[in-house]
Amino acid sequence: MPEQTVLEVYRYLPDEETEPRFQSYEITYRDSWVVLDALDHIKTEIDPTLSFRWSCRMGVCGSCGMTVNGEPKLTCETFIRDYNTETIKIEPLAHFPVIRDLVINMQDFMEKLPTVSPWLITDEDKPLEAGEYLQTPAQMARYKRFSMCINCMLCYSACPVYGLNSLFTGPAALALAERYNLDSRDEGTQERSDVVTAHDGIWRCTYVGECTKVCPKDVDPAGAIQMLKLSYALDWAKSLVLPGRGR
Amino acid sequence: MSRELTHPLPRSWWLKRPPYFRFMMRELTSVAVFAYTPLLIWALWSAADAASFSVFYEFLRGPLSVWLHVVVLVLAVYHTGTWIALTPSVLVLWRNDEQVDPNLITGTTAMLFLSVSVGVVWLVLV
Repeated sequence: MPEQTVLEVYRYLPDEETEPRFQSYEITYRDSWVVLDALDHIKTEIDPTLSFRWSCRMGVCGSCGMTVNGEPKLTCETFIRDYNTETIKIEPLAHFPVIRDLVINMQDFMEKLPTVSPWLITDEDKPLEAGEYLQTPAQMARYKRFSMCINCMLCYSACPVYGLNSLFTGPAALALAERYNLDSRDEGTQERSDVVTAHDGIWRCTYVGECTKVCPKDVDPAGAIQMLKLSYALDWAKSLVLPGRGR
Repeated sequence: MSRELTHPLPRSWWLKRPPYFRFMMRELTSVAVFAYTPLLIWALWSAADAASFSVFYEFLRGPLSVWLHVVVLVLAVYHTGTWIALTPSVLVLWRNDEQVDPNLITGTTAMLFLSVSVGVVWLVLV
């Protein structure tokens, strides 16, 4: 590796400039640094005007998603040593409006999440004295993978369907819908169907599959969406043959 | 009030990253499958009488037809292969509370496809 690494960082200062630009920062290469460490070093030692989001530094909070050399990444777990290039290009997550530098507006995502009713829905609430809603480990295994989402939005950034049409409900929200549909304690599949099977829901997905590949938590949103397509299509077929039997 | 910047995807978005290009190829190869259907319709239509079938049979023996079949076969196999590879994401099966190995689902689907293909070839040739 070179002794020096150049970070080419997307800059946009809306109060001072009308167009974005790239600014190069030369830093000393350190084997243990992730991209977020390098950005932090730039902000504290070289240029305090640089803006970016971060919080936990351990791949849990999902705040530090950015585009690194063209790929959506969590910068807190993306090591500089893994890039065998002298220059690393850092941009904000694609498909979201840029507020400033590497900071994006996530409002659209935050508004979409609750539309799929991502909570347990039951036909009747049990009285408190009836105790917990119990579940076996095997029942939990059915949905656990889809419950690991940290809302980092890398999947939206990798999805060209969302990039072309931001009305698409999107990978993370739909994976969350399937997470609850698969939960043995939930009875809200039908209630979610209006949003999930709407014009801009699951049927917009063309299965590019990149949402799954970039997911830092192996959630597999692409798989979840295809499973939703299959289960709702089967329900529709069942309702034709046996009216009233669709779930 | 701060101005937010948006970067709409260009028409050439699918050329920007190799996975997007492969996705587009998967979708475009379906056109080859669709484009082959007129030939099948011609085959059915020509079966009505010996003279028509003779014209169709002569076309099949020609170099244009051979090249067409080779190209369509390659594109159709690529198209089928990409979808078979994606099957385990859609078909998540459980047996005794254990998830069935995705490789087993891919392998079984591929074997089914091969068996049906060999069966069709056998029906035509034998």
